[in-house]
Amino acid sequence: MRLEVAAAKRLGAFALEAEFASEGRVTALFGRSGSGKTSVLNAIAGLLRPERGRIAIDGETLFDAAARIDVPVHRRRLGYVFQEGRLLPHLTVRQNLLYGQRFGRRSAAARLDDVVALLGLGGALARHPHDLSGGEKQRAAIGRALLADPRLLLMDEPLASLDTERKGEILYYIERLRDETGIPIVYVSHSIDEVVRIADTVVLLSEGRVLDAGPIRETMARMELRPFLGRFEGGAVLEAHVAEQDLANGLTRLEFAGGSIYAPDVDALIGERVRVRVRARDVSLATVRPEAISVLNVLPGTVKALGEASGASVDVQIDVAGTVLLARITRKSVDALALVPGRPVYALVKAVAIDRHSVGWA
Amino acid sequence: MLTAAELEILGLSLKVAFWSMLASLPVALGLAMLLARAEFPGKTLLDGVIHLPLVLPPVVIGYLLLVGFGRSGPIGAFLEEQLGIVFAFRWSGAALAAAVMGLPLAVRAMRQSIEALDRRLEAAAATLGAGPFAVFATVTLPLIGPGVLNGMLLAFARSLGEFGATITFVSNIPGETQTLPLAIYGFTQVPGGDAQALRLCVLSILLSLAALIGSELLLRRARRRTQGA
Repeated sequence: MRLEVAAAKRLGAFALEAEFASEGRVTALFGRSGSGKTSVLNAIAGLLRPERGRIAIDGETLFDAAARIDVPVHRRRLGYVFQEGRLLPHLTVRQNLLYGQRFGRRSAAARLDDVVALLGLGGALARHPHDLSGGEKQRAAIGRALLADPRLLLMDEPLASLDTERKGEILYYIERLRDETGIPIVYVSHSIDEVVRIADTVVLLSEGRVLDAGPIRETMARMELRPFLGRFEGGAVLEAHVAEQDLANGLTRLEFAGGSIYAPDVDALIGERVRVRVRARDVSLATVRPEAISVLNVLPGTVKALGEASGASVDVQIDVAGTVLLARITRKSVDALALVPGRPVYALVKAVAIDRHSVGWA
Repeated sequence: MLTAAELEILGLSLKVAFWSMLASLPVALGLAMLLARAEFPGKTLLDGVIHLPLVLPPVVIGYLLLVGFGRSGPIGAFLEEQLGIVFAFRWSGAALAAAVMGLPLAVRAMRQSIEALDRRLEAAAATLGAGPFAVFATVTLPLIGPGVLNGMLLAFARSLGEFGATITFVSNIPGETQTLPLAIYGFTQVPGGDAQALRLCVLSILLSLAALIGSELLLRRARRRTQGA
């Protein structure tokens, strides 16, 4: 699937001027509140008409201002999962799930029974939306979009209205969806944790513009974008697989291109592919291999580049056998260790700094 | 309990109220949608005109109907020649007068429910493949159902009590245009009619009470169905 988006529109004081293309399975539109993420999603869905631009999926034009093409919402065949679910209150869950089929939107691949099983909706079918919990509502909304035979699923912060526990539950279902249905997803979020867990492509938005777009590993490691990710959010993403489960110590050894890294208690089977986010502020640097130290992960590498200093701290890119890690250390330490590009260093990462939210299924 | 003449009056009143309610439904719903959703020049004027029957003396409405829809009036003459429809001095004329008088109440109730509807639900339906007409039929109409029902019940109740416009437009003809209020008025105008008038007053009170209680029950059921409250 190839999604091409170019959309420009003035919305009061806010100007949307976004342009990107993605071939990802899960493309995350990432940015702060008010950065234009939902506007982009609405333009793709046809709920917002840009003044200029062109939107196409696999070469089929959905919108082209210059050519005066504007396929109506109901003919675009896109599934939209809204932040607040938006189930039809006068219909049961079953009727909501089958709503798209009234209009011939019947999927050969997704049958009601399969979707109900995938999303765990069996007990809710006869109920009305007002009798559902927040998590059930959101699962029903996902199922409804899925059963309407979409060629692309648009998800607008589907976890925003849920508590932490429900978030994990829905995220798990979205991961299964991604892996089992093969329908590409455009996922809007302002949470780096969610993006890292499920997306392979990231479009970074700020004030209506695209700052960066590309594979998640590259985008997340790019230092110049750090201010837009928030003070503590910068970090690198490792694609890894589970190599060993040390049940006695509750530790999991994850292997990635540049070596292995220990993380506490990753809930995955040996051989499964996972994605780990290592936050820059959790990485320390040493110029000699430290001994008698509690830090489990000591990764040899070389300094690739130094970022701009911001206050007391500097972000340093470390090349660990081809994988780039990001370390946030003080300017004082950079001087003390005489860090310059090319210098061999050891990157230290405490295993306990990698929490449950930092690991997702790839 | 009721005499044959009283039964006839009651039946005619219900018939007039029922048809006036039914005839004003599509008009009121269309106007309510227009006022709630569309922006156009003259919207405030249209809104004002629709509300006129609430504030004008009913006799004015009745007289205007007589001028327009009477057999020699421009609309009345046209309808009689082309379609054979006559309103003047017929029960259908009483229904027309009641419909006009009840219209502002029906439009107000429906408009409020349309404006209260979460339009994002309509957008959600569109993303699932529903075209504009399907959205209206499967989302808008069911969800504004209680408001539409409320508007119709108000129009029905207003029709039962209609007096001024009716008597001006179609006169007070027993068996044809003499609804309950007109019959009561008639009895108060003749010597010795007090007992009859009083009996019809009691009937009128019972009928109105039944309509009010019935509508409350209907509305509660409709709200439960659409909102599950």
